[in-house]
Amino acid sequence: MPLQTPFHPRTSELCTSLLWKEWAGYHAVCSYDTVNDREYIAFRHAAGLIDVTPLMKYEVTGKDAPSFLARVMVRNIEKLRVGRVTYCCWCDDRGKVLDDGTITRWSEEHFRVTSNSPALQWLQRCARGFEVAIHESTDRIGVLALQGPASRTILAAAAEAEIEGLRFFRATTGMVAGKPVEITRTGYTGDLGFEVWTANENALPVYDAIMKAGKIHGIEPCGLDAMDVTRIEAGFVLHGVDYFSARTCMIESQKSTPFEIGLDWAVQLKRESFVGQAAILAEQDRGVARRLVGLELDWDDLERVFEESGLPPEVPRHAWRDPLPVYRDGRQVGQATSGAWSSILKKNLALATVNKGWSEKGTELMIETTVDFERKKMKAVVVPKPFFDPERKRT
Amino acid sequence: MGANYDAIVIGGGHNGLTCAAYLAKAGRKILVLERRHVLGGAAVTEEIYPGYHYSTCSYVVSLLRPKIIRDLDLPSHGLEIMPLEQSFQPLHDGRGLVRWSDWEKTRRELARLSPRDAEIYPEFGRTMVQMARFVKPILDMVPPDPGSLDPRGLSDLLRLGKRFQNLGPDLQAVKYRMLTMSAVDFLDGWFESDSLKAVMSVSGIIGTFLGIRSPGTAYVLLHHYMGEIDGAFRSWGLSKGGTGGISLAIASAARSYGAEIRTESPVQKVLLKNGSSEGVVLESGEEIRARVVVSGTDPRLTLLGFVGEENLDDETVSALKNFKMRGSSGKVNLALDRIPDFTCRPGVGPHLFGDIAIAPSIEYLERAYDQAKYGDFSERPYLNIVIPSLTDPTVAPPGKHVMSIFVQYAPYHIKEGPEYWPKKREAFGDAVIDTLSEYCPGIKEAILHRHVLTPWDLEQEYGLTEGNIFHGELSLDQLFFLRPSPKMARFRTPIENLWMCASGSHPGGGIMGAPGMLAARELLRTRTV
Repeated sequence: MPLQTPFHPRTSELCTSLLWKEWAGYHAVCSYDTVNDREYIAFRHAAGLIDVTPLMKYEVTGKDAPSFLARVMVRNIEKLRVGRVTYCCWCDDRGKVLDDGTITRWSEEHFRVTSNSPALQWLQRCARGFEVAIHESTDRIGVLALQGPASRTILAAAAEAEIEGLRFFRATTGMVAGKPVEITRTGYTGDLGFEVWTANENALPVYDAIMKAGKIHGIEPCGLDAMDVTRIEAGFVLHGVDYFSARTCMIESQKSTPFEIGLDWAVQLKRESFVGQAAILAEQDRGVARRLVGLELDWDDLERVFEESGLPPEVPRHAWRDPLPVYRDGRQVGQATSGAWSSILKKNLALATVNKGWSEKGTELMIETTVDFERKKMKAVVVPKPFFDPERKRT
Repeated sequence: MGANYDAIVIGGGHNGLTCAAYLAKAGRKILVLERRHVLGGAAVTEEIYPGYHYSTCSYVVSLLRPKIIRDLDLPSHGLEIMPLEQSFQPLHDGRGLVRWSDWEKTRRELARLSPRDAEIYPEFGRTMVQMARFVKPILDMVPPDPGSLDPRGLSDLLRLGKRFQNLGPDLQAVKYRMLTMSAVDFLDGWFESDSLKAVMSVSGIIGTFLGIRSPGTAYVLLHHYMGEIDGAFRSWGLSKGGTGGISLAIASAARSYGAEIRTESPVQKVLLKNGSSEGVVLESGEEIRARVVVSGTDPRLTLLGFVGEENLDDETVSALKNFKMRGSSGKVNLALDRIPDFTCRPGVGPHLFGDIAIAPSIEYLERAYDQAKYGDFSERPYLNIVIPSLTDPTVAPPGKHVMSIFVQYAPYHIKEGPEYWPKKREAFGDAVIDTLSEYCPGIKEAILHRHVLTPWDLEQEYGLTEGNIFHGELSLDQLFFLRPSPKMARFRTPIENLWMCASGSHPGGGIMGAPGMLAARELLRTRTV
């Protein structure tokens, strides 16, 4: 049986749809309604509150914590200043991605690393020779993500903390409902948003205070389904869907490099050695074999494939994650691994990994689709990510 | 020469029956002769205490070839396998360890022992599955003769070699380690928790007279993971009605193809003429002739027993005598009034539905082996327990239970000599129950009936030479084209028209059916029958 997060008493009361799934060993709400439109709209037009406790958390402390993390991560964490957050991935020594997550520097010698899958053993394996301690805090800290244009107003009202001045990817501490919390301006929706971290025992008062402050601003409890749409709009890759940890892969071709999953910008190569550096350098010289790209499915062609069957065009009602082959000139050149209909952009979007030569902006590809039990191909064009990138996210 | 049958199969164990079923399906006239009153050999269900059905000897299904299930349509003959999902290791401190089919749950359990091991565990599993993928085809092939230039054998070997070359560099290293290391040394390379290594290492020693630190035992760990990629997913399980249910399903299939099966028909010897088999003589004196005799008994009983040393060449005799049988395990079956609490995890919960392993530490298992080395049974042995009545209520009266306890070490060659075993039987049974009581204190009061099988009993009652449950140890030097010896590895014997089809041949023991199927395939391919 999956565990309950410390917010479970509230989320279970609100989740009248009974739509749950297992997320890293915890019960997690898919959507509070049978359709997730209301939650999606809250994320983009007001604010959504989602329980992201199952995200794995590790506290890295000690004198060598900065140099240790600089060694494990593809980014130079030594340069990360106190009170700041960064996002990156980490690799095995062959330069294949193991996982991705955020790293927050709470003090000179205290960092928090988040990950999608268990990372304790890997971090410990790499820690030899460093004066660091690594402790998992997943089951001690409850986390709420408050995301959306109204999130700042709501949190400023709920929290005794410097929220107005908290810049993108910065961290601070404060109080909510008289309980100590940590606040980061981060999230997985690609919108203005915050994550609030609190000890389990304070979880319910913190939840209640945020919901109460959000009431007049249209706050909604949100589930994973709505967040999935927003993360696709934001062009964020999902571990276990768009790429797989090298730890879990049965064969080499299932593994990915940071370049292949579009995290070039997070890789800082010119510095002291880090795990995977040599392999990544070699890959840079050799050229990247495939790329994760954004695809926009051509609307006219979509109408055509439905018209052929005498049906009106349809768009997916939920984000999807069953991979679909992507073709060029009749040959498969990659696969789309997730996608969604963006109701804010009115576009049919997908994230796909395609072979070298087909990843340039504007490249026309064909993607498989099934209409009335019949497999068809329709046009899709490579477009830049993120698909949706509002100004408010950063300002 | 007036053969009444195309083939006679000696022994109605699951392999003999499988071989018979395949031959009968190919249109041959087949007779199966079973000494006992029940079919199944060691895969048998017996009602020794009224109302309680013991899987007397073998108690779980491992690796029953999915091809056999499909070829013989066993489900329509009553085969029903219920998956054995979890594995419980009671320990004196804490709540013990349960490895569940739910991975996140297992991770939380393991993290209590070692957070590091908790994360390595699935990696280990993946590596094993990868390795098993490369080894598995061996189970389904007739071993080639490496000394011959037969192009068929050579191309098989070549294909196998190529396959192994395709293992990446990491897996190559794992392969060599698995082939040479002991189970514990191999696991040391992955895990730090002593009790986890202990409970995992035992799958390397089951049925062998080796310790968990004996080289070569690592390889046998692999067999444990084979089931996961076997095309009959969740193939580790309990058979409905006990393991005899499997044998009866195969027998029913064999009969449906026209095979004749006789019980209480003990074979005395193989009928020989000019070094060739012509049939068998029963203990009743009846002579039955057949073009081929296929033995479902172990190699030693087949040749030294039914053929006789005087009819064999010296080389064969010494190969047979050097083939390691040396049984190392016994069995205790219990009829229970109720299921008492395990101290570390009280109550009847899902943790009891799988197997329960008393193997708390590496030292415990080493001490158990030490005693056996010098000719005693282990006072505190390794126990592997299942309570099949929890999953299959048909094997016990309502609310009551049967418990099956596999016990190692119980060496056949005790220091007083194997024939002394009957005098030690109850003391052995007591040691098992005392061991279990340390984890499950109420067990003694719950026992309604106790049935103890020593290696001596396994030999005398079930015909397993030296009480070896696998018809010969599953150690690397006795597998593939070395099983039971290079000259007899292809189901043939030095006696013309006398073949073997059971666990003493490739690929070995366990309720696999593979030797029976492969022998039948080879008999038909060579038009011997």
